[in-house]
Amino acid sequence: MKEEQNHEKAKRFGMVIDLDKCTGCGACMVACMSENNVPFKEDESKKLDSITWLRVYKLTNGKPFPDAEICYLPRPCQHCGGKGDHGHSPCVSVCPATATDYSNDTGIVSQIYTRCFGCRYCMAACPYHARYFNWWDPVWPDGMEKYLSPNVSVRMRGIVEKCSFCFHRYQIAMEKAHYEGRGELEENEYQTACTQACPANAITFGDLNNPGHAVHELKKDKNAFRLLERLQTNTKVYYISSREWVRRAGDNYLEKEKK
Amino acid sequence: MKIDRRCFLSLGIGGAAGIALSPLPWKLADDSAIWTQMWPWTPVPADGEVTYVKSACTLCPGGCGISVRKVGNRAVKIEGIEGHPVNDGGICPLGLSGLQLLYGPTRVKSPLKRTGERGEGKWEKISWEEAITEVSKKLGDLRGKGESDSVACISGSDKGTVPALFKRFMSVFGSPNFMRMPSIQDSYEIANNVSMGFIAQSGFDLEKADFVLSFGSGLIEGWGSPVRMIRANSSWRKAGVKVVQVEPRLSNTAAKSDKWIPVNPGTEYALALGLAHVIIRESLYRKDFVQAGALGFIRFRDLILSSYSPESVEKITGVKKETIESLAADFAKSERPIAICGRGQGKAQSSLGELLAVQALNALAGNIGREGGVFAVNDPAYIAWPAYQADETAAAGIKKERIDGAGSVKYGFAKSLTNRFAGAVNSGAPVSLLFVLESNPLYSLPDTKAVKDAFKKIPFIVSFSSFMDDTALNSDIILPNHVYLERYEDVPATAGLSKPVVSLARPVVSPQFNTKHAGDVIILIAKEMGSPVADAFPWDDYQACLEGTAGDKWKILNEEGFSSDPAFTAQVVNTFPGKFDISGGIPDFTILFASVSHEGDPKAYPLFLMPYDSFRIASGYIGDPPFVIKTVEDTVLKGKDILVEINPATAKANGLSAGSYATLKTPKGSARVKINLFEGIMPGLVAMPRGLGHTAYDNYLAGKGINVNELIGTVEDPASGLDAAWGIRANLIKA
Repeated sequence: MKEEQNHEKAKRFGMVIDLDKCTGCGACMVACMSENNVPFKEDESKKLDSITWLRVYKLTNGKPFPDAEICYLPRPCQHCGGKGDHGHSPCVSVCPATATDYSNDTGIVSQIYTRCFGCRYCMAACPYHARYFNWWDPVWPDGMEKYLSPNVSVRMRGIVEKCSFCFHRYQIAMEKAHYEGRGELEENEYQTACTQACPANAITFGDLNNPGHAVHELKKDKNAFRLLERLQTNTKVYYISSREWVRRAGDNYLEKEKK
Repeated sequence: MKIDRRCFLSLGIGGAAGIALSPLPWKLADDSAIWTQMWPWTPVPADGEVTYVKSACTLCPGGCGISVRKVGNRAVKIEGIEGHPVNDGGICPLGLSGLQLLYGPTRVKSPLKRTGERGEGKWEKISWEEAITEVSKKLGDLRGKGESDSVACISGSDKGTVPALFKRFMSVFGSPNFMRMPSIQDSYEIANNVSMGFIAQSGFDLEKADFVLSFGSGLIEGWGSPVRMIRANSSWRKAGVKVVQVEPRLSNTAAKSDKWIPVNPGTEYALALGLAHVIIRESLYRKDFVQAGALGFIRFRDLILSSYSPESVEKITGVKKETIESLAADFAKSERPIAICGRGQGKAQSSLGELLAVQALNALAGNIGREGGVFAVNDPAYIAWPAYQADETAAAGIKKERIDGAGSVKYGFAKSLTNRFAGAVNSGAPVSLLFVLESNPLYSLPDTKAVKDAFKKIPFIVSFSSFMDDTALNSDIILPNHVYLERYEDVPATAGLSKPVVSLARPVVSPQFNTKHAGDVIILIAKEMGSPVADAFPWDDYQACLEGTAGDKWKILNEEGFSSDPAFTAQVVNTFPGKFDISGGIPDFTILFASVSHEGDPKAYPLFLMPYDSFRIASGYIGDPPFVIKTVEDTVLKGKDILVEINPATAKANGLSAGSYATLKTPKGSARVKINLFEGIMPGLVAMPRGLGHTAYDNYLAGKGINVNELIGTVEDPASGLDAAWGIRANLIKA
């Protein structure tokens, strides 16, 4: 009986990204675009309005030749739980339309496109620049709309969108599980598109609360850190780097700050 | 009632207040918000049954297995096949974007015949019968005049049944000129031929190596089979395998390595020889493997002991002699060290000297032909077709010297030297008809102007491209091939694999346009030409040819999607100790080991331009699809401007600053570029990515940036005929 209750414990889906393995190839970005019907424009070099639910940042250590170093950092939505995991995420707390919400069952921050009216308050609130606004209607070249997936709605002009941890994959996996009379998913039944595509196996995805999932142990790595931890956003994306300057960059330390 | 001013105002204000208090404005605002989100042109993807089709990716030589998700009859997503021996579930950005190529606007939708000037883009749609008759007639006329050897074919690959059919066609037609696009494979083939006595590819058992020394190879940036290499890198991280990267620019590979050794560009060979010096001097090498008593080794030993001491190598390479000493010891004392070369993705050749110097390190460590080492890999074994009857024209034709000179007295070690093609045509070698198969030579070959001039001299160019790429745009007739997602084809993955895998590409969707399989087209052309050419093609169509060639493996290829049975894929040659001759009978080492002399006056061109490869910019036959170009950083491409990387010190010396415009001049041409300051590049260098500056394709790619091939040229390696250029002298002038 006690065990059964444990099974129904709320999940906290999250990621651990090993920056030592990440090569910055960009496969995760494209896997995400292709899975989630993300639109594209002729010129995508203005990165502020280039919609990339998952964006790979290039970090440098700022040292001169030949001591320069590079590290790549993939940034999906961090799915903040807020202090105490009560869903006090920066974006959820400011949305006037309840278009973005925190799920206590999965820990995923949702985005409901038809509710969003484009005030962009959430974008201002998000410390991770994980949210993007559709300034234009999406346009696919003639014939290319054939590859659009029915699992994710195509967004329209005037609304905000962001990474959903491929929530539709969770829904499909749950439907299948329920059909087979199961209430729980195996770890590999629900994986995000970026995790699946990563050639380096740098991304691990799973339930942070479940000791049987790889992320549960990985997040305790001595080199694990989260972005801007001091804001107490309590994010669900952990990073691992063996390089100290990368870990420090993750919390935006000032140059002479000690820690 | 009289409406006075007071009454009018109160009615107006009252009315406005009333409306404002009513739900009406809010309802209207809400409705308009909803209405503007409900445009009929926002597509609603149709639902349907979900199925998966296993196939293989052909967009690069990597040969990954892919699983394509379909909804109804639409393909919606490409994923990697878990458990596939090459990529095991992983996939690269280009492979993920395949559907944008399949359904994209750059497809050639039917056979086309040029009506305007070349490159003008004026075409007339013709039927397949007309197209095949026209090409066959042209070929027949040339053959009748005894000019069969003036027909040439440039192919992206020479592995697999489709290139083999074209090669067979060329031979039975009477031309020796089947060429494949230049790459580091040419260099490895020649180096193996010199040192071991036979032409073979090199395969690397990298997963089992315990020390990796890379001379500028973009190990995780598309070198070899890209996804497999990234997986190997992750396994090195886990196992603590040491990776050392030697190159003048902090590439992603250098950034991920344990040690980055910046070296003066083009002097990688000297560093390798310096390492060999220490290994031989300290007697750290396998004497049985390199035939220590043989004349070849003694000559090699004497040369490097006298001329390549760490002190003198420091002067050439800029690498400290202490670093050379310790690196050599680390390498030789490792159990399974591997040395690799081939700059960037290996799209360009390297000089024979560089190849032999690096291969000598593997031989000194005795790490050739054993686990965790380098293997000689033969061509795929499964294509064994019956011999054909060659008539007199064919027999005479294929005995003629190739246009690129490969196999001639001067270039005897080489199989294909397509880098020499443009130069040969420009100096008068006759080419009357050119087939272009799965390649984009007009864009990808260095020295674009010379290549364009050579193409102008060719009276008839036949493109088999599925896309309106730069070469197709400048051809006379296009016979569009199916895209890989619409066709059957064997996909041998031989790029750097020590255990080759052959996968099967299968039609995921039915052909979207009026295209035809290039394998079928060449069979139809042969049949149209009649005996004896037709007799060499006994198959009804390509499908019959493929099934017959695969034989009893056809079932396995269909069920599992791949075969890694060595008897079927390719023979790995056992290189026994004592079979490796470092000198390979090359009489003069001084031409072998020499710095490349680049054209241009060092005073007028004080800097060096080096092209670099990026995983996010496809630079081969396929151009970047919209998804991939979207991932390119704004420090590489901004609007239509290309950014070049220079060291802040170089910028200061030339009066340039971040984001400023400059004119980049080389002896081959000039271009307007923007400046990106990068601390990871050696002062004096200018780095520009390969793969931008297309003139063809769609608006998502065309006209963005500069094609670096317009600015660089080729420098012939006197020892082999390979292209030894790593860059070109350049200057940056503030614009």
